[in-house]
Amino acid sequence: MEEAILQAKNVSYAYEEGEGLAISDINLSFRRGEMTAILGHNGSGKSTLAKLLNGLYIPTAGTVTVCGMDTALDDNTWEIRKKAGMVFQNPDNQLVASIVRDDVAFGLENIGVPTEEMPARIEAALRAVGMLDFIDRAPHMLSGGQKQRIAIAGILAMQPQALILDEATAMLDPKGREEVFSIVEKLNREQGITVVWITHFMEEAARCGRVVVMDGGHIVMDGEPQEVFTRAEDMRRMRLDVPPMVALGDLLRSRGMKISRDAMDIDSMAREVLKWL
Amino acid sequence: MLKDITLGQYYPVKSFVHDLDPRVKIILTIAFIVAVFLGSSLWAMIPITAFILLSAKAANLPVKLLLKGIKPLRIILIFTFLLNLFFSAGETVLLQVWKIRVTQEGLMLAIRFSMRLVFLVTGASLLTLTTQPVVLTDGLERLMSPLARIGFPAHELAMMMSIALRFIPTLLEEADKIMKAQMARGADFESGNLLQRARAMVPLLVPLFVSAFRRAGDLAMAMEARCYHGGEGRTRLRVLKITHKDYVACAAVAALIVICVIIG
Amino acid sequence: MAITIEHLYHVYQQGSPFQSDALEDIDFTIENGDLLALIGHTGSGKSTLAQHLNGLLKPTSGRVLVDGQNINAKEADRKALRQRVGLLFQYAEYQLFEETVYKDIAFGPKNQGLTGKELDHRVRRAFARVHLPQEVLEKSPFELSGGQMRRVALAGVVAMEPEVLVLDEPIAGLDPKGRDELMEVISDLHRGGVTIVLISHNMDDVARIATRVAVLDKGRLAMLGTPREIFSRGDELEAMGLDVPQTVQLCRKLRAGGVDMPDCLTNEEVCAAILAARGRTAHA
Repeated sequence: MEEAILQAKNVSYAYEEGEGLAISDINLSFRRGEMTAILGHNGSGKSTLAKLLNGLYIPTAGTVTVCGMDTALDDNTWEIRKKAGMVFQNPDNQLVASIVRDDVAFGLENIGVPTEEMPARIEAALRAVGMLDFIDRAPHMLSGGQKQRIAIAGILAMQPQALILDEATAMLDPKGREEVFSIVEKLNREQGITVVWITHFMEEAARCGRVVVMDGGHIVMDGEPQEVFTRAEDMRRMRLDVPPMVALGDLLRSRGMKISRDAMDIDSMAREVLKWL
Repeated sequence: MLKDITLGQYYPVKSFVHDLDPRVKIILTIAFIVAVFLGSSLWAMIPITAFILLSAKAANLPVKLLLKGIKPLRIILIFTFLLNLFFSAGETVLLQVWKIRVTQEGLMLAIRFSMRLVFLVTGASLLTLTTQPVVLTDGLERLMSPLARIGFPAHELAMMMSIALRFIPTLLEEADKIMKAQMARGADFESGNLLQRARAMVPLLVPLFVSAFRRAGDLAMAMEARCYHGGEGRTRLRVLKITHKDYVACAAVAALIVICVIIG
Repeated sequence: MAITIEHLYHVYQQGSPFQSDALEDIDFTIENGDLLALIGHTGSGKSTLAQHLNGLLKPTSGRVLVDGQNINAKEADRKALRQRVGLLFQYAEYQLFEETVYKDIAFGPKNQGLTGKELDHRVRRAFARVHLPQEVLEKSPFELSGGQMRRVALAGVVAMEPEVLVLDEPIAGLDPKGRDELMEVISDLHRGGVTIVLISHNMDDVARIATRVAVLDKGRLAMLGTPREIFSRGDELEAMGLDVPQTVQLCRKLRAGGVDMPDCLTNEEVCAAILAARGRTAHA
């Protein structure tokens, strides 16, 4: 659990020279097997951070390393993107091919995987996201959640160490959101893939092992969900929410009920209330 | 109506023709077109028709499906036929009504030209009905790849084609949505003269272009994140292999060409 | 103004590239002053129904009546009738096209034939209702944040001063701040007398602001009632692949644990119900 898969040291980033910093002086590392949520309103710098973590952007100052490789060195670029895969927000704008099989193959073709190895890797990746039955379908005939699962499969086929998801559930309906989140959760748990989960949904953040909150290009909180969501006032000031059950817990405590702060979802809240009664 | 462009007209069955290498199919389609032009006499139409029927049989395609490809062309066909029928010079007059006359030469010419058109369309349909667009793109890329050495962007063109295949349905759907949204704001796309109609398209076209550019930007980013760096060093999912079937097909088309040349 | 939907059927057009979901025998009335939430699984026909309300889609059979007049009848002034019902599409920011926010908002009222002072009033009044800073008015819509663009698009519909406003998932894809701001605008519009039809997946929002809820399932109207009536039928909703608000989920869990609880729609109600239950156990 000690090894840092993704690491940012004193990283700053400006989109254009002379412009304000989108990211300023960030130090952050993600250890192997961690599942971290990153919260922050639009413009807080979380998307920029995501793109720094796999070399799509190169830091203006400081260094980002992926599995020990510096993203600033050109020679590392393709190895880094193989190790740290990325899923984006809009399910329509990241699938390349008009057939699922070909889309999952896209990354493999790019990194020069021998043709004989491809079918097995494509099938394994699609099986892992529960989309093997859709291998010959056209992406535009699928639901948003299914498209995102195909996008994840396209990355998995490259056998990455880390998965960075930049608001991958923002455009999905509740069912699609749950599909995608639980698949990523499973990949983290069963295959030990390091996950960076950028989201606007507090309930999703509450289910991650660690929550990082960004504001104005800085990291303002970093800890377990319980610690972060305890600071409800700070969260509201940054125009973020807390998960509904955390807000309810605060209200119940303010009325003198003994409810643990660990109760962040419905099941644990129900247990706490039953205990108190 | 455009049903599902990713399949195009593809008719998903197993057959001898479906199994052929797409490169071979593309070349043979061109060769077939040459044969059609070489066989200029009416007699040559017999072996060509026979060839098409045999191919349809070998491709497991109902002939009706092949003929469907001609339907959109029926006006052009009729036009070609009538034009040649009435306006060709000729000696042997078959029919004369007032100043318009139909000659034997004109009739021959009319039949020849319209049949040629039918042959060309069915030949092309044979290719698209038996080959998925993705595979066709793959075949084209590999056929063009020798040209890459002289700087021809073979891989890039093929990539563009496959991205277009992927995004045309998405953009069509989006155009429909934007059009409805503007109609809900009282936009009128249907009435007015040509200029007014063209101007009415602005509220549709601007958002559509903005969105297409945004999608292009997103897609470029996503492709880069998936290690895309051009055609160099890329391996391919689909292997194209020439088999004995391809030789058989080549022999058949060669035979057709020879017959057409002999008949003239 | 009321919209009455009478035995509306919409048959999916075979062969069309744009799948629209079928509707079957939809029959209910959207009352004047309603804030009606339209909920249902993706593909249940919500968007199709929304597009029938202002005549963008025509029913295969059945009628849509605005104040008793059929909006698809030949003789009626369809254009005027349809403009009494405004429709904001999903991800509506993608319909913006003008050079400035002002011009974009003016597009609708201009199509209604307004000019000069009247047009200017309309634009400014609509702009004021979406809570955006004044300087935005002269900016290009493409310089704004996603949440702001969404509100400009809403202003563009509001500027036509419809009596009924149909909103198709207005908060989809926004960040928490954008969501809050937009929900605030919607509540304000409703308070200002606009009848609202809100398509939403967010049951917590629906529980908080809707006056009535209509549930669509596979193209049929499965339920119609107040949020309290609807969300007390949690088992049925779950069978349709729908959630209930988190507070209701909690109440259900507590009941399963032997506590006598009603289905609460707000945190305050939950709190009161738990205290009441505690009171009962203390007395027993």
